[in-house]
Amino acid sequence: MEFNQLTIHELQKKLKDGSLTSVEITESVYRRIASVEEKVHSYITMMEETAIGQARAADRRIKEGNAGELTGIPIAIKDILCTEGVRTTCGSRTLEDFIPPYDATVVRKLKDVGAVFVGKTNMDEFAMGSSTETSRFGITKNPWDLERIPGGSSGGSAAAVAADECIASLGTDTGGSIRQPAALCGVVGMKPTYGRVSRFGMVAFASSLDQIGPITKDVEDCAIMMNVISGHDTSDSTSVPKEVPDYRAYISRDIEGCTIGIPKEYFVEGVDPEIRASIDTTIKTLEGLGARCLDISLPHTEYCIATYYIIAPSEASSNLARYDGVRYGFRAPNEENLLDMYRKTRSSGFGAEVKRRIMIGTYSLSSGYYDAYYKKASQVRALIRDDFDSAFTKCDVILTPATPTPAFKIGEKMDDPLQMYLCDIFTLSANLAGVPGISVPCGYTKGGLPMGVQFMANHFEEGKLLQIASAYEKNSKIERRMPEL
Amino acid sequence: MRITKEEVRHVAHLARLNFSEGEEEKFTSQLNSILMYMDILNGVDTAGIQPMTHAISLGNVFRDDTEKESLGAEIALEGAPDGKMGFFGVPKIIE
Repeated sequence: MEFNQLTIHELQKKLKDGSLTSVEITESVYRRIASVEEKVHSYITMMEETAIGQARAADRRIKEGNAGELTGIPIAIKDILCTEGVRTTCGSRTLEDFIPPYDATVVRKLKDVGAVFVGKTNMDEFAMGSSTETSRFGITKNPWDLERIPGGSSGGSAAAVAADECIASLGTDTGGSIRQPAALCGVVGMKPTYGRVSRFGMVAFASSLDQIGPITKDVEDCAIMMNVISGHDTSDSTSVPKEVPDYRAYISRDIEGCTIGIPKEYFVEGVDPEIRASIDTTIKTLEGLGARCLDISLPHTEYCIATYYIIAPSEASSNLARYDGVRYGFRAPNEENLLDMYRKTRSSGFGAEVKRRIMIGTYSLSSGYYDAYYKKASQVRALIRDDFDSAFTKCDVILTPATPTPAFKIGEKMDDPLQMYLCDIFTLSANLAGVPGISVPCGYTKGGLPMGVQFMANHFEEGKLLQIASAYEKNSKIERRMPEL
Repeated sequence: MRITKEEVRHVAHLARLNFSEGEEEKFTSQLNSILMYMDILNGVDTAGIQPMTHAISLGNVFRDDTEKESLGAEIALEGAPDGKMGFFGVPKIIE
């Protein structure tokens, strides 16, 4: 087995006992990238030169005996997170040449513990998409089938982990953008509680829904990453000043007596039969471990997509108003006057999906339509949150499929925005309610495509998610496969 | 029809976007099918429901009004398409 195929916790042991150096791990990651990146295209920008320097510094630090949890571990960063001095494109022409003058808080935290940055990963433009096809910088392929999409918007971050082009990565999740690609690529992805992780330095999409989280090879790695990135930050006033537990302590705890709610609204027509069967097996495995599964109801589930696709574009239309070609980013040439400059800049800087969402959002917020759309959606959002509040009086966690279908073919949904929006049907409720969710591999289809199960818990109950997910992972008897590339 | 071509033009103006004739057609038809789907929300009784704007209610967040180091004009202007003499340059707005 190559070093780049190992998990964070496996590598930690080898780094600690001196049998392996961070430079060796980092070099094995770049050897892998040299052989598969052309096929998968997980990255927009490589950081090889600085990565080797970071690896050397990490090795010195380990020798000195003051290693942190991620010291010397090669991590990939979604290109929506600001990296000082390193281009941060957000998958858009608008930010094609943008070099941030500061680091996002999560990037700073990873630097502080001595992580190694492999590169910046591909994504849907401004994180708007479910397939990574709307990127300005080409399409990322699913490592399990190169004719299929990896999911999105953090498709590059999920594909890079699945293809062993990094050890773990950071993604962002506004409606499923970590959990959905993790499920479709056969890796673990967590969206933390809104406010658990600082959003400072993340290019804003929908500020009341956005959250940064890890994509990893297993659940224990997810806990390690959460330990490093969580916590209050004075630069993000929506981050919550609440103590961060040691998430690793939840790994390998038994789940005897845990109650798992199965919402009937998530087991409807349109769910792929193989996914349905694998979820049934998952439920049996958990019951075998002493968990109690009960039927619950989240009655407003059918309104989630409409609610989300009013609220997220509304917030996006406001957030993306800043791209006017004045302070940073792309500016179109040949303007007649200031207004013309704004229009030309925005019309040629943004791609079709981003413009579509700006249009939906602007319309929903405009005079005469605000009450019918934005206000109405915000009220329904309250009812969706109430559904979760009441469900969590009956159960510890909620179990659902992570996606209705396995990865679809490249190009299949690009001409039908509504069909693309329906991909997020099982994940976006967690963002609306602000609760944490995790996607864990639960098997492969007959055609060899990964499938994922999602667990959701109440606000700040990430520990419960990690506990159930790791118990499931250890007992599911799903062989760990590697994609053939 | 939820939205006409004229309304699409108006919303595009509000959002500072230009569309070609062909794009206007396409956006009008796509926005119509998306907005028609949103009609599903009319079936929910929301009388008396307080709109939810944030997932976690924190209230106001205050901090001490102390001076901190900031980026400074030079660095702040580094990314500007037309940064000169300490200013962000824009096309002439006063004749």
